Amino acid sequence: MSGPTPVTLLTGFLGAGKTTLLARLLRWPALRDTAVLINEFGEVGLDHLLVEPLQGEVALLRGGCVCCSIRGDLKAALIDLHDRRRRGLVPPFRRVVIETTGLADPGPAVATLVADPVLRHAFTTAAIVTVVDAVNGDRTLDAHEEAVRQVACADRLILSKTDLATPDAAASLRARLAALNPVAPVTDLTLADMPEAALLTDDPSGERAGRWLCAAVPEAPHGPVGAVLIESGPVDWTRFGLWLGMLLNRHGARILRLKGLVAVEGAATPVVIQGVQHLVHPPRHLPAWPDGLARTRLVLIGHDLDGDLLRRSYRAFTGAQVSTGSGLVPRHVPEAHAPARPAAADR
Amino acid sequence: MCGLCGAFGAPDHWSDGVRSGTPQAERRARADAANRVLGLYGLRLAAWADRYTLSGRTGRTAMVDHLGTLWPAAERLAGRACDPLDPAVIAALEARG
Repeated sequence: MSGPTPVTLLTGFLGAGKTTLLARLLRWPALRDTAVLINEFGEVGLDHLLVEPLQGEVALLRGGCVCCSIRGDLKAALIDLHDRRRRGLVPPFRRVVIETTGLADPGPAVATLVADPVLRHAFTTAAIVTVVDAVNGDRTLDAHEEAVRQVACADRLILSKTDLATPDAAASLRARLAALNPVAPVTDLTLADMPEAALLTDDPSGERAGRWLCAAVPEAPHGPVGAVLIESGPVDWTRFGLWLGMLLNRHGARILRLKGLVAVEGAATPVVIQGVQHLVHPPRHLPAWPDGLARTRLVLIGHDLDGDLLRRSYRAFTGAQVSTGSGLVPRHVPEAHAPARPAAADR
Repeated sequence: MCGLCGAFGAPDHWSDGVRSGTPQAERRARADAANRVLGLYGLRLAAWADRYTLSGRTGRTAMVDHLGTLWPAAERLAGRACDPLDPAVIAALEARG
């Protein structure tokens, strides 16, 4: 196949229902050409789907999917899988799903995919999908930092066991998830018509991310992890890159996720930017503005983020006019601190 | 590889992904933009071949491949954190306009 193979990271705390989702997805005809990376055979409930072992750590699943165990080294497992496909030793899969352990922070796996010079040519991160248990999700988020990180990093959240939770508890958890990660859509796993294929479909143009960034962003919660929206007019790309690079260098450990639709000065169409912790994916150009409004919208999700300070810093570094938009984020940047727009010679 | 200095080509940084001019012009523009901030730390960035040199006032110099390696190098040369959320840094940039 041409181009890098999209990789979906499937995360979720212990017992959240990752394997239930995976087993369901792998029965879906549209996902037949999927290679699944798991930690160890026998650790997860996919064994009943195994048809025959192939070679080493690779096995064939019912329906034609390939299953491969990671054994602790994601890079080696992906290179091995890539090599087997090239040599025709496994069916020609078109996407990879990595089921992480329940305690895993998705950041290091994304770092491996984005930063490794070999892997980044063969694979691309399609999405981080996080499963959250509607019955125990609240308690898990209270007790485990890893679970909060998994939600904050997600591109899509899957709510499992909603049939076992009270409507109030499910609604409360949904509100908490929306506050933790306002740019990830939440899908109910128990829905009969859950769009399985869409869960693992790549978003090569970034259009889906752009659409979600145009949606309303709720106010950040009062807990330690929350979202901050920076909204501005067009921005000088060089200055924006300097500011974001400096910010992630110093604060990347507590910025769990960033997504942005950037209006670049002198460009007619938007640029989508996405990052996980210290890492930023290569920016992508969109053919048009999802909502027709040419404005920069950057959402940062992380620990103890001071929205006012971030917006003030962004404005001072980039010179862009920061706005609070149409009530997306209610915090107000005092005009008294507004710097003058920098002279052209400074840019 | 550069035939003069023997250095391998610098890898891309994500911020290189949106292009607006020739690579040389972009590197100069990036260095100019960076110097507005680096000056606060007594540092200066200059485009050099396909990368940059970062210099301090005492003459210490570091090679910088791209903007992804700029800030760790700047912190080493400046001997302190380069924090865009530092109110003093923000105020200094606001005062410059």
